[in-house]
Amino acid sequence: MGRYLGRKLLIYVLTFFVAVTIDWLIPRFMPGNPVETMLSRFSLRADATEVLRSYYIRAFQLDLPLWKQYLNFWQALFRGDLGVSTWLFPQPVLGIIKRAVPYDLFLLLPAILLSWFAGNRVGAIAARIRWLDNTILPLGYLLTATPYMWLALVLAWALGNVAGLFPIAGAYSFALRPHLSWLFVRDVLWHWFLPFTSLFMVMFGGWAIGMRNMIIYELESEYARYLESLGTPRSLIRKYAFRNAMLPQITGLALQLGSIVAGALATEIVFAYPGIGYLILQAVQNQDYFLIQGCFLLIITGVLLANWTIDIVYVAVDPRTRLGMTGE
Amino acid sequence: MAMEQPRKVRSEFLFFALRNRKLQIGLAVLLFFLLLALIGPLLTHNDPLAYVGPPAHPPSREYWFGTTTFGQDVYSQFAHGLRSTFLVGLIGGGIGTLIGVLIGLVAGYRGGLIDEILNMFTNIVLILPTLAVLIIIAAYLAVRGILTESVFIGLTAWPWAARAIRAQTFSLRVREFVDLARMSGRNTLRIILSEIAPNMMSYLLLVFILQFGGAILNAATLDFIGLGPTQGMSLGLMMNNAVLWAALQLGMWWWLIPPGAAITAIVGALYVTNVGLDEVFNPKLREM
Repeated sequence: MGRYLGRKLLIYVLTFFVAVTIDWLIPRFMPGNPVETMLSRFSLRADATEVLRSYYIRAFQLDLPLWKQYLNFWQALFRGDLGVSTWLFPQPVLGIIKRAVPYDLFLLLPAILLSWFAGNRVGAIAARIRWLDNTILPLGYLLTATPYMWLALVLAWALGNVAGLFPIAGAYSFALRPHLSWLFVRDVLWHWFLPFTSLFMVMFGGWAIGMRNMIIYELESEYARYLESLGTPRSLIRKYAFRNAMLPQITGLALQLGSIVAGALATEIVFAYPGIGYLILQAVQNQDYFLIQGCFLLIITGVLLANWTIDIVYVAVDPRTRLGMTGE
Repeated sequence: MAMEQPRKVRSEFLFFALRNRKLQIGLAVLLFFLLLALIGPLLTHNDPLAYVGPPAHPPSREYWFGTTTFGQDVYSQFAHGLRSTFLVGLIGGGIGTLIGVLIGLVAGYRGGLIDEILNMFTNIVLILPTLAVLIIIAAYLAVRGILTESVFIGLTAWPWAARAIRAQTFSLRVREFVDLARMSGRNTLRIILSEIAPNMMSYLLLVFILQFGGAILNAATLDFIGLGPTQGMSLGLMMNNAVLWAALQLGMWWWLIPPGAAITAIVGALYVTNVGLDEVFNPKLREM
């Protein structure tokens, strides 16, 4: 077990190292010059531009040797200093991100967990009932092929704009102030429903197909056939098949995290939901580079932590990893 | 007799391919959109970005898909956007497959230390969320074209392909015919190219199809966030503009719905084609 988790941890630490390096590298070595871009937005007099340029170069420490810039970058990171936003000047990037993260968790955690459980259940049932299989399978493929934002747009248009059942922007009504009351909680849930549903549906399709295919694969395997020939009740064989099919689905969850996060970003933009995705849109439109870099690091950290959690769950579920029987 | 064998296998594949419903449906949808992408832009003389008509006009005989808030022709944007979609899929998916194949084949065949290093590298890139990396690259590119976008998408999309191909190579390299080639003194590159790769051709085709679809979805998301091409038109960019200019609040469905519907249809058709081809290549999966 120690070897298995240790190996994983090594990969995560290396990944974090690579991610921070990318975060540092790209602004410095990309064609084009962020400082010039920022200066051009102010349209100052020529001499004032010169003063501001030298100020920026000192502020971003671009006058230091590269290795020193790199070390300082790490030091600042460990102090929790991600720079200052230019869009919401002079707020620090970390503070802006901290305000957005709860919305992401509120949207993503229920959507991921519920779609995973529901998809696995329905996929397993579909594998044994023909008519359900014939409807779930095409529907599942259609849902996984759907770009997250498009389903969000369709839902927002149909249920929000045409039917008028749900609000299509924000996390709560502008008329309300965040406080603890039934009125506010209901309002928050009402705004949460559509973004949650669109995320849930796209993910659900993928899990259902995955589970259905795994179950069929397991039922064809040697142990299932052997049990069958012994006259074991079909329900028991299905139970074993389900438990075996569960393992790839847990690994699949770890592999899918990246695209799930991407989908959540796009969904938040559709519903103007004030999480990291919406923040990135604002940062892109206002060319707020520090904010974009901060969001990048946050997403990486979040994905790594989620991966680590899934690894621990996997060790708890699969006894082979505890006995050191599988390398990966 | 020896010459007969491959032809027989090929005609057997063709026999099942022509009779596979999933393959028929998937390829028909793909062909339809491919033709639309090739011919569509020729059917209109409106520039996708020019302000040609009345603003926010619903579909009519003159403007088939209506117009945007500024009076741009949505059909023209759609047809040109389809072209970029196929371009991104082809180039992004192609580069992703190529890198995945190279790394997977070398890691799987050589094994040992090279495999350890390549595998570690693959795992790191696999965990990095692709879109986050693409966002930070695109944010610092002042001028972005569809071609650069495709290249970057390809450069970040290969890890799962490399892992899958590595596993396939592992199982192939211990087979007798590979041992025989090794004993006869062929060099590594020749063995990989002439013994291992041909046995994975069907598998590589499936990988390419999935990479193609993945590149399209990644591009759509990137464009939607506002980091799409600064020159040119794409389906994701259309959706981005539609949301930013309040198509949702104004109920302009003709601007919101078509771009995503096309992406869904194309990527869905790719997945269905993939399942169909899998059934054709893998006799175990044939249900006929």
